Amino acid sequence: MEFNNNIPIYMQVIERIKQDIVSGKLKPGEKMPSSREYSNELGINFNTVARVYKELENEKIVFTKRGLGTFITESDQIIEKLRYTMAKNQITAFIDGMKQLGYTKEDMIKFIETENNYLEGNE
Amino acid sequence: MNKLSVLKITDLTKRYYNKTALENVSLDFEQGKIYGLLGPNGSGKTTLMKVVAGLHKQTSGSVLINDEMLSYKSKAYISYMPTENYMYDNFKAIDILKFYNTMYEDFRYDYALNLLNDIDVNLDSKISKLSSGQIGKLKTVIALSRNVQIYLLDEPLNGVDVLSRDTIMDLIIKSQSENKIIIISTHLVSEIEKILDAVIFLKEGIVEVFGDAEELRQERQLSVEGIYKEVFRNA
Repeated sequence: MEFNNNIPIYMQVIERIKQDIVSGKLKPGEKMPSSREYSNELGINFNTVARVYKELENEKIVFTKRGLGTFITESDQIIEKLRYTMAKNQITAFIDGMKQLGYTKEDMIKFIETENNYLEGNE
Repeated sequence: MNKLSVLKITDLTKRYYNKTALENVSLDFEQGKIYGLLGPNGSGKTTLMKVVAGLHKQTSGSVLINDEMLSYKSKAYISYMPTENYMYDNFKAIDILKFYNTMYEDFRYDYALNLLNDIDVNLDSKISKLSSGQIGKLKTVIALSRNVQIYLLDEPLNGVDVLSRDTIMDLIIKSQSENKIIIISTHLVSEIEKILDAVIFLKEGIVEVFGDAEELRQERQLSVEGIYKEVFRNA
């Protein structure tokens, strides 16, 4: 994983884990690597990984079993909410950006349809 | 629970004749963390390390290790890696390990062998035949293989190729543990910043910045390197 040093590293790791959960790359209930293993794998400090797990635990996205490790939530509800939040962040950024370029709602929708058709045609 | 203060520096000043190398440096280090001691050449990084390692005596101020004044006994708590290649040319890598194993009761011989297993340093090679990258890796392994509380690594990435730098950083991460303090001096900030918990910017012997790396990024919306450039631009 490549890091952007301008953004706190723990936030970037959190984003990636969330993406992997939403995309299904990480399965509900799956065991995460230990802080030590994960820090070796990512080439970062283990306190950073510990912070990642702590923040994700506060958000109930992972849970710890004492002595067993850290696991991805098994709750469909939490995962669905996570997908919604991440999608919402994307769409908000998109709308903001398009508005700054002077696009109206109708233009945006039209643009999405044309571009999507084009992309699907290319697949 | 309060963490024990393993290394505490208070109002440390070091003068050589009329040149001030360190001025009123105060730093409190926490166990389990990796610190970056950052600054351009001549900013006092090596002097600070040498004072803590007991190789230079401060002009004033104090260094406390486990709440005791720095003394000859402190050497048992500190592993110091100098920046230069201190190893005899005619020694083989394995001889260096054996030498350390005899010299230091706390040297973990098997641990060192284990670390060297994944590294392209042939134990039967003479030091004179090793590349500067291999020397850098060997020196780092040796310093980290002592089982102590405080590690002082002076410029471990200097004069070392990019791939060896990655290996050296991996070695440091592997050695991080809850009860150890690792202090790394360097001016190669962008390479090393992702493995640091906290950073110290030393500018002409004075501590300009001392803080948590992630908090600095968050507050200033910049990389540690970006902040470093701002602080030292006019130096």
